[in-house]
Amino acid sequence: MAVAFDEMNGLGEADLRPAYQELSRWLKEVPPDALEYRRQEAELLFRRIGITFAVYGDSEAQERLIPFDVIPRIMSAKEWTILEKGLKQRVLALNMFLKDIYHGRDILRANIIPEDLIFQNPVFRPEMNGQAVPHDVYVHIAGIDIIRTDPENFIVLEDNARTPSGVSYMLENREIMMRLFPDLFARHRVAPVERYPDELLSALRSVAPLSASAEPTVALMTPGVYNSAYYEHSFLADKLGIELVEGRDLVVKNDEVFMRTTEGLKRVDVIYRRVDDDFLDPLTFRPDSALGVPGLMSAYAAGNITLANAVGTGIADDKAIYSYMPDVVKFYLGEEPILKNVQTWRCREPQDLSYVLDNLGDLVVKEVHGSGGYGMLIGPAATKATIEAFRDKLKREPEGFIAQPTLALSTCPTCTEKGLAPRHVDLRPFVLTGSKSTTIVPGGLTRVALKEGSLVVNSSQGGGTKDTWILSE
Amino acid sequence: MLSRTAENLFWLARYVERAEYLARTIDATLRVTALPAAYIGKTNEWDSALLTAGVGPAFYEHYKEANEASVVEYLSFSDENPSSIKNCIEAARLNSRSVRTALTSEMWDTINSAWIELQGVWSKGGTGNREELAKFLRFVQETSLRFDGSAYRTMLRNDAYWFSRLGVHLERADNTARILDVKYHVLLPEEEHVGGPLDYYQWTSILRSVSATTAYHWVYRETLKPWLIADLLILNDTLPRSLASCYSNLVRNLDQIGVAYGRQGASQRHARGIRNRLEHSHMDDIFQHGVHEFIQEFIADNSRLGEIITKQYLI
Repeated sequence: MAVAFDEMNGLGEADLRPAYQELSRWLKEVPPDALEYRRQEAELLFRRIGITFAVYGDSEAQERLIPFDVIPRIMSAKEWTILEKGLKQRVLALNMFLKDIYHGRDILRANIIPEDLIFQNPVFRPEMNGQAVPHDVYVHIAGIDIIRTDPENFIVLEDNARTPSGVSYMLENREIMMRLFPDLFARHRVAPVERYPDELLSALRSVAPLSASAEPTVALMTPGVYNSAYYEHSFLADKLGIELVEGRDLVVKNDEVFMRTTEGLKRVDVIYRRVDDDFLDPLTFRPDSALGVPGLMSAYAAGNITLANAVGTGIADDKAIYSYMPDVVKFYLGEEPILKNVQTWRCREPQDLSYVLDNLGDLVVKEVHGSGGYGMLIGPAATKATIEAFRDKLKREPEGFIAQPTLALSTCPTCTEKGLAPRHVDLRPFVLTGSKSTTIVPGGLTRVALKEGSLVVNSSQGGGTKDTWILSE
Repeated sequence: MLSRTAENLFWLARYVERAEYLARTIDATLRVTALPAAYIGKTNEWDSALLTAGVGPAFYEHYKEANEASVVEYLSFSDENPSSIKNCIEAARLNSRSVRTALTSEMWDTINSAWIELQGVWSKGGTGNREELAKFLRFVQETSLRFDGSAYRTMLRNDAYWFSRLGVHLERADNTARILDVKYHVLLPEEEHVGGPLDYYQWTSILRSVSATTAYHWVYRETLKPWLIADLLILNDTLPRSLASCYSNLVRNLDQIGVAYGRQGASQRHARGIRNRLEHSHMDDIFQHGVHEFIQEFIADNSRLGEIITKQYLI
């Protein structure tokens, strides 16, 4: 693979990009052991605050820290302006697509997306057919994963429209960076991210149901302490000043949702839920779910509670639907998509499948319904045996997979045992949609693949995070 | 606030208080058993440590004999004992995690760092020697002090604080009552033993386990007298661990909740009833009617208050 585009050095040492000038100067001044010392300090801070995540199936390290890299990833105001515009466009299209799929279905009649891809998709929720949601907002919180392979383009790797996580790291990484490197901040004009909780709360309040009082009650619903993102749930509830509820704290009476408090039952109007569709209501979805609230879906149907994100948004971020997104944007908005898609082969289509089977060694193959980097094949990094095993899986269930070229994700200088070295990164900005506006706090979560040459940035697979700086003009 | 949050705060405080009490009990027992046999008589002090912790029968399902090694292990590090110090700290951390939003960062930090610190001890399965054990017991007591102190200094004075205080005082009252009950026989001196070395060290041990050795002398300016010790621990509400003091705190915190919520209930009435009884009791009467009976009744009443609070607020 050719040398990847580097966020700091462009395509070579002589190509230092303007946004990184000050950082580059600073890096030359600061002694290398000072960086290592602050890295350790950062780790200690993270551990004491208790910012941990759980890795499923890993009992030894029930609570692990996501490694934090102290070298920030920087973006100029100009780059951000383009990205922001592209993100708003993309999320607007996602919301319009969802409204259409659960109502008129114009896009299916126009033969843009094959019907069976929707109706036979397990994440399509027939319960949502014809169900109105306040202000037609389905995806209130979106985490769009962005990658770059050159300075010109932003490419969407994945749309996360269900319960995207990671925003607590965006906020905490900044807190810790400001504590550790005040001098570095003094030399830059970094756009602040701290208003995210306020933006989120007002977005959530703006979509309260009509039957809510003037001061709607918002609660954050978590599956509980054993969930891998529990820290983030409690962190956000705290920052928003709302109750962190579990299913057992909620009760439905006469199609209204209440929480059990020390002063009796109290009505809830908006639930920012971090629980998957399947577990929301044992009466509608999985009957064995102990995390949910019996009757929640009937309160939802009665229009007495807003769920954020809405039920059934999985159909919009499904990896099989992903490949149609450029068409989706054009169909609803009549505009060219600002953000590119990664070229994608749909293994359900015979020509695509045969191409993929012939080129497994060069491609990345992903499960359509997978997430978190589980169950994917990275051809160039895999052994022959793994590739052959995957080939069998693919042949057995081609509709379960898509394939993409192995992209040289851009890199960013990162602290390693051998000093600073380029490591591949992606970026997850968080897009908030309320009744009136769509807002994006300037920044996001930069994830970095810490292993040399690795392209997998997922925290469950050994990825780390960086603070993301958007410079002001 | 959420009932579950209140419940977690209540139990979090109880677990921390219990861990401290266990550490004190072990510490006091170690001191007594270090004395020559002539000073402590024939009673098995480790057995009575188990009794004051309320885990006697369960202990013998796992061990044959109550001695220093087995009891220290069972009370401090055992996974089997649901109220071992280890399990108390683990439960406190789990409770803290589920109510993080209701805790101040100082309180969370206290529990979380204690939990992190103790991973080393747990992974070794205990402490290697007396010195390490002493360090461990001190650490547990300091954690409790830090937790209490940070709650006192950083929490908003609202229902979260009051429910947490209810946990502390209910647990503390139970602990003080249990230690009195187990040792009540030494408080009922037979004529020939009064003032003998045997009782003297037993009494000191009682005072030590409720951290009241110095307090005793300040309050009574007397040598150790059994009825004064009982008076101190039961009726003297200037001693923070006395039953009377626990109950004036319980009544006050319940009243604050009642005022904030605009209504009173069974728990306010029940707590006031117990407090009034303590206020109007005299040590002479208590001895006359039997310390054991008095305390048994108190323990039952106290645990009944826990049930009433749970029913009224926590579920």
